[in-house]
Amino acid sequence: MSWSNIATIYRKELRDSLRDRRTLMSTFVLPTLMMPILMIGVGKVATTVVSQAKKEIPHVMVIGGEDSPRIREGLEKSGRFKVETASADWKALISEKKVRAAVEIPPGFQKSLDSGSAPAVTLYDYQGELKSGLAMDQLDDYFGKLRTEATARLLGERGLPASLAHPFEVKHTNVAPPEKVGGNILGGIIPYVIILLCFTGAMNPAMDLTAGEKERGTMETLLCCPAGRTDIVIGKFLMVLTGSLAAVACSLVSLGVTIGAVGAGLMSEGGHGGSQAMAASIDPDGILGVMGIVLPVAVLFSAVLFTVSLFAKSFKEAQSYLAPLIFVVIAPLVIGMLPGIELNYRLALLPILNISLVCKEMLSGVWHWGYIAVIFGSTALYAGIALAVAVRMFRREDVIFRA
Amino acid sequence: MIEAHLLTKTFHDRRKKSILGADAVSFRVEPGRIYGLLGANGAGKTTTLRMIATLLSPTSGSATVAGFDVVRDPDKVRANVGFLAASTALYARLTAREMITYFGKLNGLADGPLRERVVRLADELDMHEFLDRRCDKLSTGMKQKTSIARMLVHDPQVMIFDEPTLGLDVMSARAIVRFVRECRDRGKTVVYSTHVMSEAQKLCDVIGIIHGGRLRAEGTLADLLARTGETDLEECFVKLVSQEDPR
Repeated sequence: MSWSNIATIYRKELRDSLRDRRTLMSTFVLPTLMMPILMIGVGKVATTVVSQAKKEIPHVMVIGGEDSPRIREGLEKSGRFKVETASADWKALISEKKVRAAVEIPPGFQKSLDSGSAPAVTLYDYQGELKSGLAMDQLDDYFGKLRTEATARLLGERGLPASLAHPFEVKHTNVAPPEKVGGNILGGIIPYVIILLCFTGAMNPAMDLTAGEKERGTMETLLCCPAGRTDIVIGKFLMVLTGSLAAVACSLVSLGVTIGAVGAGLMSEGGHGGSQAMAASIDPDGILGVMGIVLPVAVLFSAVLFTVSLFAKSFKEAQSYLAPLIFVVIAPLVIGMLPGIELNYRLALLPILNISLVCKEMLSGVWHWGYIAVIFGSTALYAGIALAVAVRMFRREDVIFRA
Repeated sequence: MIEAHLLTKTFHDRRKKSILGADAVSFRVEPGRIYGLLGANGAGKTTTLRMIATLLSPTSGSATVAGFDVVRDPDKVRANVGFLAASTALYARLTAREMITYFGKLNGLADGPLRERVVRLADELDMHEFLDRRCDKLSTGMKQKTSIARMLVHDPQVMIFDEPTLGLDVMSARAIVRFVRECRDRGKTVVYSTHVMSEAQKLCDVIGIIHGGRLRAEGTLADLLARTGETDLEECFVKLVSQEDPR
């Protein structure tokens, strides 16, 4: 093996790739833009949609309640609802989003309420639909206040204080450190995005440097030179790895800048404390840990993508081989994001899923060194095997000169 | 010098059926001579030349190039061979200079001598005008000159041309033919494969007629014509490949 040849091949591939628009797009542009688009763009759209939904005065339907005019009038006068006339097809109207929610007031409700033993009021909404849920919350709040007022009135009539129905408060206080909060929220998303980018960043260079070269006829030109086959594989592989790591680095830098910008924006707007904590609470050690543990995964992805692409005769054929592999990466990542899945020594041996889980832990400030060692070691072993297979495949004439 | 002895290459198709790409091909080429491998498409020319250039390893038989065995010392063989084929393309996103320099470095040339070598090749091939232009922006003739410079950068003793004029216009093809003659005149060992009779007739000192992976006949143009009683190489070729394989 000649390091001089490897360096020459690597430098040439790097120069060549930096002049390739497809590689620039997948390795630098997309990973850099993904985080701001996800965090600012999608966040902004979501905030706008929710705030607009909150501004809307919901149309609600009152079913029954003819003998409870005060209740019905109260709903109308509250200014929080547009009360619609009851109709038999109220369920269909909720489904069609013409009415957001409905309240069923049982017969004699008002009279019973005055005497202190009213039957249940039933609220109807379309679960999972944002505006219907908000209307339901408003109705719930309205009737909750009505109940509190009725309780206070009934207690007052008996000469008892209103606090009797509310003898003590229940307060919620978070004891988790900010990085744990941030880690739990971002820990689910960051490994997912980073591992995916680690894969997609390697895809284009892998295809271009193998199948692309075969298609363009430059592979044969290269094979005519005295550089050893192993030198060629390693030089090219290092470029694929560079693509993968560059995508990760771009996404992490972009993430840092985005979090800073989001945090600063929230500060200047006097925004929500939790979001500020999340923005400020990304543990730098956790980020470094993620970068360290992602390294063997990048090697594994690069070697696998290189080997698979090598079989293809053309760039297009390589794309058709590699596209389904994205699902092989996404499936364990999604499993890793599920609540309740916790790292153990068996899962620590499962590639991709192990990284997803340990990244979540590291970003939460939890460092299980035993698991980290097993994950790093096993992933490095898989990566080594994949690289050895790549070298072996490159030596096979039926792969390189596949007709 | 090239010496091929009973070079055989067997391929396997998807049903594991054996296909003979080259069948016991033997020939010898001395320095300062052009050996022409004449055959139709699929005759085994490319397979034979790829074995000599160590791109494929022989199933059986042996070959030495500049004294090095193609199986035992493939790197040393490649260091002494310049290979030009229709299938050896240029890197589109590199400039002509970068392309030549890259292959010079892979052939072990140090920076200083390599720079001088690139300038000398550019002088000889009249490449200065487009030396720093990307290969995908070059005309066919410019690309050809760049390929030749790439092939010559390490000054190899042995030159292998596998159908180098395939798909080229008359002027470009003539330039290649002229260049091959120059290689012979400089004392290089040259193997030239083609299916174009006129090229073989004009260029080659010795012609080997290959068909179905086997070398059917070998000799000077005069020898081959005398053996078949023909006056035209094309007729001679057809006669030789139509004959039953003597083996």
